Amino acid sequence: MKDIAQIVEDTAIELLKIAATQLPSEVKETLLKAESETEGALGKSQLHAINENIRLAETQSKPMCQDTGVVAFFITIGDKFPMRSVIKTALVNATKKATEKIPLRPNAVDIFEGNTKTNVGFRGYIPWFYFDLVEGDSCEIIAMPKGGGSSNVGMMKMIPPGKGIKGIKEFVVEAVAAAGPLACPPYTVGVGIGGGEDICMNLAKQALLRPLYHYHDDEKIASLEKELLEVLNKLEIGVMGLGEGPSILDVHLEVAARHPASLPVGVVISCWALRHAGATVDKDGNIKWHPH
Amino acid sequence: MTEFYLRTPIPPEDLKKIKIGDIVYITGIVVTVRDEAHLKALELHKEGKKLPLNFTGVGLFHCGPVMMKDKHGNWQVVAAGPTTSARMEIFQDEFIRIFHPGIIIGKGGMGERTTRACQEETCIYGYFTGGAALLAADRIKRVPDVFWLEELGMPECLWVYEVDKFGPLTITIDAHGGNLTMQSKANIEANKKKILEEL
Repeated sequence: MKDIAQIVEDTAIELLKIAATQLPSEVKETLLKAESETEGALGKSQLHAINENIRLAETQSKPMCQDTGVVAFFITIGDKFPMRSVIKTALVNATKKATEKIPLRPNAVDIFEGNTKTNVGFRGYIPWFYFDLVEGDSCEIIAMPKGGGSSNVGMMKMIPPGKGIKGIKEFVVEAVAAAGPLACPPYTVGVGIGGGEDICMNLAKQALLRPLYHYHDDEKIASLEKELLEVLNKLEIGVMGLGEGPSILDVHLEVAARHPASLPVGVVISCWALRHAGATVDKDGNIKWHPH
Repeated sequence: MTEFYLRTPIPPEDLKKIKIGDIVYITGIVVTVRDEAHLKALELHKEGKKLPLNFTGVGLFHCGPVMMKDKHGNWQVVAAGPTTSARMEIFQDEFIRIFHPGIIIGKGGMGERTTRACQEETCIYGYFTGGAALLAADRIKRVPDVFWLEELGMPECLWVYEVDKFGPLTITIDAHGGNLTMQSKANIEANKKKILEEL
């Protein structure tokens, strides 16, 4: 019988590699289209450099950006999948091995001891895991490395609930304007609304996993996503903040119920390199790679 | 928009010809210097100690690369794009005044303090496309030296790169007080005000 723990580990290494070296196809296509449509010379030349770099990453199988991020995994476990806590061990091992093999830049820094050199924290927590439980007999793993530059412009605010939807829009505009040229635009923006001060940030990050231009199933949320996309592009941040070409590729929202006294809003921003990759391993160890 | 091909150490009179919006390519020496390395260099200077290399007229690259040793034991660049320069704003001006680099290379632009130091000490700031780590790696021909690797780690130490036509670098701070990023930020701020009024 196949060793499922080994299969999960090997799959995770491959996912980290795919995420670091190849952008999801719709992101790639969007950036190519933007290059041909951008009129200003500065914006066009920046997009040309980005697209040329994406091509080099794919053909040389090397990370597209030197900041290969802090690693997080989204794991959805079916009731009848044969592994539980061992999944964590397999994903920690995968992170260490991927760091050497791909290679990834060692990005896990201990505040007292310095760089851990493995992308695994000395005190647990990194890589970070988001777990969910579902019916079925398989396990879905999504690897999402996130760079420091775009993480540094993430924001959370507890808005007075009386400000409502308008308050949400205002804060998202403020947050993206503050990011300005700092985090390698064109950006994709994830917004989490409700839950609590921690939950809205988790939701905002999760929102980035939805493919570009797939809007929320709830029409009210979808229309807010489209409105924000239009409004945020009026900031004219432009490619690399030089004012030319697209500022925002897409905006995705996730919404949770909130406490009557609070309206938490989280904004998580991705640079042009919106990196993630996923696969599903079934109970017999068969792997199904997600379309990429 | 004019294109310039410069060789390090770059003489101040060459730097003065360049204006914001121009494109520059560098041949010669470029050194990676991030947060920790700035702090360490300034600390050593304060203690009256010598640095392991001379920064005069060379390229200062805000970059924490991915490096790998080949089978002969030589360092190879895997990926080396720019990091966000704004973090260096707190000490970049002091660094320019003490060590006199020719060009600072990074992404996201820098602020008023750096702009003033660039004008007073004749230095420029060039913007490498953020994230374009492989394009950058492609222009790095040799890695003649590395300093402080053990102490600061791979992303933070000083990597000395011999580069050939490193660029294109969009100049966003020139030696005449011009700052393209600050112009762009002012535009974003004005647009924001208008959007908020219309919401």
